[in-house]
Amino acid sequence: MASIEATEARRAAAFVAPALLWVLAFFIIPFAVMIGVSFARLEGRTVVYGLSFDNYLRFFTEPSLFKGLTISLEITVVVTVISVLLAYPLAWIIAMRVPARYQRLALMLAVLPFWTSYVVRSYAWLLVLGQNGVINKALLALGAIAEPLEIASTRSATIIGFVHFFVMLLTLTIYSNLIQLSPNYARAAADLGASAFATFRHVILPLTLPGVVTGAFLTFVLCIGDYITPQILGGNNELTLPQLIMLQLGRRGDFPMASAMSIILMVVVTLAYFASARWLKLDRV
Amino acid sequence: MNRLTTTALVSLAMMQAASAEEINALVWCDHADPALIEPFTAATGITVNLKEYEGTAAGLAILDQSQPGDWDVLVIDAVDVGRAVDLGLLAELPADKLRNADFFPEVVMADNNTRDGKIYAVTEKFGYNTIAFNKSAVDPADMEDMATLTSGKYDGRIAIYDYYLPVLGEMSLANGVNTADMTPDTLAALKEPLMALRKASKSVGDVVASQTALATGEVDILVGGGEWLTAVLHAENPDLDWTIPKQGAVRWAQSLSVLEASEKKDAALQFVDYITSPEGQARLATSSCYWGMPANAKTGDVLTPEQKAVLRWDQQPAYLAKTQLYPVPDAALDQAMQDLWTEMLQN
Repeated sequence: MASIEATEARRAAAFVAPALLWVLAFFIIPFAVMIGVSFARLEGRTVVYGLSFDNYLRFFTEPSLFKGLTISLEITVVVTVISVLLAYPLAWIIAMRVPARYQRLALMLAVLPFWTSYVVRSYAWLLVLGQNGVINKALLALGAIAEPLEIASTRSATIIGFVHFFVMLLTLTIYSNLIQLSPNYARAAADLGASAFATFRHVILPLTLPGVVTGAFLTFVLCIGDYITPQILGGNNELTLPQLIMLQLGRRGDFPMASAMSIILMVVVTLAYFASARWLKLDRV
Repeated sequence: MNRLTTTALVSLAMMQAASAEEINALVWCDHADPALIEPFTAATGITVNLKEYEGTAAGLAILDQSQPGDWDVLVIDAVDVGRAVDLGLLAELPADKLRNADFFPEVVMADNNTRDGKIYAVTEKFGYNTIAFNKSAVDPADMEDMATLTSGKYDGRIAIYDYYLPVLGEMSLANGVNTADMTPDTLAALKEPLMALRKASKSVGDVVASQTALATGEVDILVGGGEWLTAVLHAENPDLDWTIPKQGAVRWAQSLSVLEASEKKDAALQFVDYITSPEGQARLATSSCYWGMPANAKTGDVLTPEQKAVLRWDQQPAYLAKTQLYPVPDAALDQAMQDLWTEMLQN
């Protein structure tokens, strides 16, 4: 009996080992190296290894660096909230109002933006939002504005670019939750006298919360770590944390500072995970 | 075709392939224009394998990760030649085989390209980080004075090229300090004018973003721009222009060198000779990636009048006189410059 259990355990370990080795080689070890480098210092143009907290201290005391974190958080929270508010009704319509045979087509149309490259999509938005872009030209032609609006190269442009992308992601996660709901829940609530709004608030929403939180968490993680969208659409008018990390790497060659800032970003993401862990159902994505 | 003929042809092709020489060149994107490289290969039979890079640090990293002899030719920022010489990367070039005598005297740059009387690189192309603008949207006379940019007249219509060295160098000149004399102390005096310029500007962007902003009319002025940015757009929009204000501007220059570890130095030297010849210089100056002034003054005989007009050929004596090389900061000044730049970006 014992030998059968041992064989089973060895077999299980053999199955799990490749995945563990993969995570060890491509996540744990690089991450440990990054933690180690974050305690080094750049002296002149030379990296001096040791146990120094200078980089962390500098990040929290230098306003231009710390501001990168607050800007990232502000943008990420706004993008996540707007994306949820837009994605939920869209997912609802697809799941509840679109006939089943057209739902696949509707979903495909909803995720069309995923088909284009991230960079191309951002530059396309630049052309839409620019001074001579589609929006300004249309509003000027309609006489709605006298002067072109300043949309490109602003935080608003960054948020628009992000929301466009993440609404699609959230629509998928919320839809996958909604479609699993039995219609009997709504019928039972109606039988008990609940209004449509009360049914949504007390029955549907709590049951779909895991999908919403999962999508929101993914949006948070992807948005706060994104470099391309704010770089192209934000016009460098304010720097997010990933942009500041790139600045340390590309311009200063300051790998210790870049590592420290990456660890801080990782800590923020971890905190977001713990905040949403109760509702997270990543297996439902 | 019988078997004997086929065998003979294959053997001939193999012999040709064996005798054909190849060199590997680590270059900037202007060298990747086939119109520049193909005539050299056609004339000499030497194939040039190109790898593009941006920024001296990236180029040095590639060399560091390569085997000795992997690379034969290196294009490098003129202000960084000394750095490469210190690392023992560059081979001495035979003075009698160089065309320096034909160069604009100001861009021979012996201080940069020579060490202990030995020449390690030759200047191949230069230009300016100055003010580029759309002359249909701004008064060109205003662009002759840096002070106009922060006068309020062009608020929200300015972009800043996101490279701290030339822009801070330009602002230092406007503040009366030569680029070679910049120190952390002189830098402190630039904070106020830099923040004022930032306040008047709409965006700060890299090459592509800056070019897009100017080309689409998003902005009308680019601080740090120059012929390298507007010339390639000239055919589409002749209103895109540039000038050097009365306060002066920063001059960039790129140098060409042969690597010490190269095992094909003769072929590499042939390439250097071609690139610095008037014909090679004309093609390099008008490369599809970016334009710039050729170092060889005799190139004027090869360029068309239109090309010379875009490059402001006739104004070069005056421009050379009122421009200075990029600042070459030590580590402390570099850190101070980048701190100031980051602060400007976040405001």
